[in-house]
Amino acid sequence: MIDQLPAIIVLAPLIGAMITGLAGPGDHRVCFPVVLCSLSIALVAAIAAAVQVFTTGTIDYFVGGWEEPLGIGIHLRIDALNAFLLVVIGIVALLVSFFSFRRVGDRNTEKTPHFYVLFQLLCLGVFGITIAGDAFNLFVLVEVSSLTSYALIAMGSSRRGSHAAFNYLLMGTTGASFYLLGVGYLYLKTGTLNMQGIHEVLANNTTVAQSPAVTIAFIFILVGIWIKMAFFPLYGWLPNAYSYAPSSSACLLAPLMTKVSVYVMIRAMLGVFGAEWVFVHLGWSRLVVLLAVVAILAGSLLALQQREIKKMLCYLIVAEVGYMVGGAWLADENHWGLTGALYHILADAMMTLCLFVAAGIFSKRLGATRIDQLEGFFRHTPLTAAGFTVGALAMIGVPPTCGFFSKFYLIRGGIESGHWEFVIALLLSSIVNAILFFRIFEIGFFGKSPPEGHGQHSSFPAPKSELAHATGTTLLPLVVSAILVVLLGVFNGQVVSLIRIAFENLPAVTSGLP
Amino acid sequence: MSEFIENQISPYFNFWIYVILMMIGLWAVIAKRNLIKKLIGLSIFQTAIILFYVSIGVKEGATIPILDHHGPAHHEETEEKADHGKPAPGHVAQNGAHHEHGETHDDPHHGGKHHAIDPDTMANPLPHVLMLTAIVVGVSTLGVALAISQMIYKEFGTLEEDEILEKLKTEPLHD
Repeated sequence: MIDQLPAIIVLAPLIGAMITGLAGPGDHRVCFPVVLCSLSIALVAAIAAAVQVFTTGTIDYFVGGWEEPLGIGIHLRIDALNAFLLVVIGIVALLVSFFSFRRVGDRNTEKTPHFYVLFQLLCLGVFGITIAGDAFNLFVLVEVSSLTSYALIAMGSSRRGSHAAFNYLLMGTTGASFYLLGVGYLYLKTGTLNMQGIHEVLANNTTVAQSPAVTIAFIFILVGIWIKMAFFPLYGWLPNAYSYAPSSSACLLAPLMTKVSVYVMIRAMLGVFGAEWVFVHLGWSRLVVLLAVVAILAGSLLALQQREIKKMLCYLIVAEVGYMVGGAWLADENHWGLTGALYHILADAMMTLCLFVAAGIFSKRLGATRIDQLEGFFRHTPLTAAGFTVGALAMIGVPPTCGFFSKFYLIRGGIESGHWEFVIALLLSSIVNAILFFRIFEIGFFGKSPPEGHGQHSSFPAPKSELAHATGTTLLPLVVSAILVVLLGVFNGQVVSLIRIAFENLPAVTSGLP
Repeated sequence: MSEFIENQISPYFNFWIYVILMMIGLWAVIAKRNLIKKLIGLSIFQTAIILFYVSIGVKEGATIPILDHHGPAHHEETEEKADHGKPAPGHVAQNGAHHEHGETHDDPHHGGKHHAIDPDTMANPLPHVLMLTAIVVGVSTLGVALAISQMIYKEFGTLEEDEILEKLKTEPLHD
């Protein structure tokens, strides 16, 4: 049983999706328990696998026992780099399933089983991306998660959602195709699709490693992943897709998809091409960190212009992606930036979940989708407001939330490697976040609408008792994610020491880093 | 000019075609304003990549990679590989490099004892297998895209992006 953990993580949501699809249309009440079961199994397996990784070492799992490179095996690999990410994905998925329990039922009942099938398939895709040890399998799993996310976004009642989903589909498929093309070039030069195998060839065979085809492959893969993670110039699909998606879909997609893409980039840099190749042979750190700086500033400035809550959060995600990309590319000088980037993946997943769940509750309870409609939300929905505040403080970077510590490591990485532009961008972005969220707090506390707010704000439903109206299943994910945001910050020492193990186990980094 | 064609274009004919197809597809995705035309562009783009992969697997004078009545030899070979533990992936790369230059000679690892399954006589099946999966992915992408465009048509009454954006501009925001 314990040997099969990697397979269980991926198979539990798949089997859950099948059961939901078969039994769901007959009786909708089946769906939620099945989802709960499958995601709990996956989460438990992820935690068990993480414990095993941190006690005994990397788990390599070959489906069907076909070891590479004899065939095109399915290689699942859990090491210190992705073990904690698996746990975070499991937690987020489980929390969002609670959040979705009421909402899906409210909206369009006949689609409930469809929603849960897609939901679980998305979890399967995201888990799979995280543990794939084979570059081509990664492409297939990226497409599994992307296809389901297009459908999840288009499911909403707003017709803007379907248009946004279509644009996302065009850009997402183009990105995945670029990735596939890059993998093709790598296969051409190295003759293997296994990530480790590619890395060994590139590390041992300098003629292959220095050939322009490998550089081209890296560019294609990088651009493909950047489109998927909405790195600044390629972010066009994200704001509309996430803000017009149904709340339950947005809560699942926003914390997971971009963060997993950042992980894929770090995995490609360290696990496939190797730190030495990326940072010493290629040496593009300065350029990419500069791009990240532009991404952070542009994301923050665009967020300032938004009047809708979710749109604003979406542009903040664009800025956060800049944090993580920049931090990861600081690794040519020291490991602080990379530590910060990995830490920020976890932190940002939790903060984004917290804020999106809160925004979902606001739009439901108060009918507020715009910032100026949030008048007096501390009075009407005190618990939601508290959760939102925790998420917002983490986004700004106030201790003891995790946002402070991850930003601290990123800034330390920037200072020690002399990338002052990155440090300044991070600080400016924090200031912008502070302005954004304190404006919302002000509206929430004192009910002062900005002058351009017009008469619509009085139309939200009469305040009822929050607990009677918002059931436990909706508030639970908010409360838990808010607690986790604080816990991830309080136990920052432990988190960082676990992240450090990830570097020690990666042979690539030890050679490339001091 | 003819020298250029001889040296640069004709040996890499497939690759030129794939690049041209890919650019056509990408241009259609970006520049066309009709959603269905964008989708057609996307399909061309994906097909270009399939052409690229299939071209990798081709070798001159090679046949389909099916082993018949070489059962024992094949068995022995897998055993040998298993004994070696993990064979260096590099040796596959060497094969690939040779085939690129159109050289034909016996693979040192398989020469002599296992001449019955000389890899140079067989096309590389792996890219083809990968492309079977990629085709399935492409078809499902197209299916989802068509379903979404049908939704868009039902909701907006048009598939022209300009008209959709026009309608969205006048529409008040709602959840």
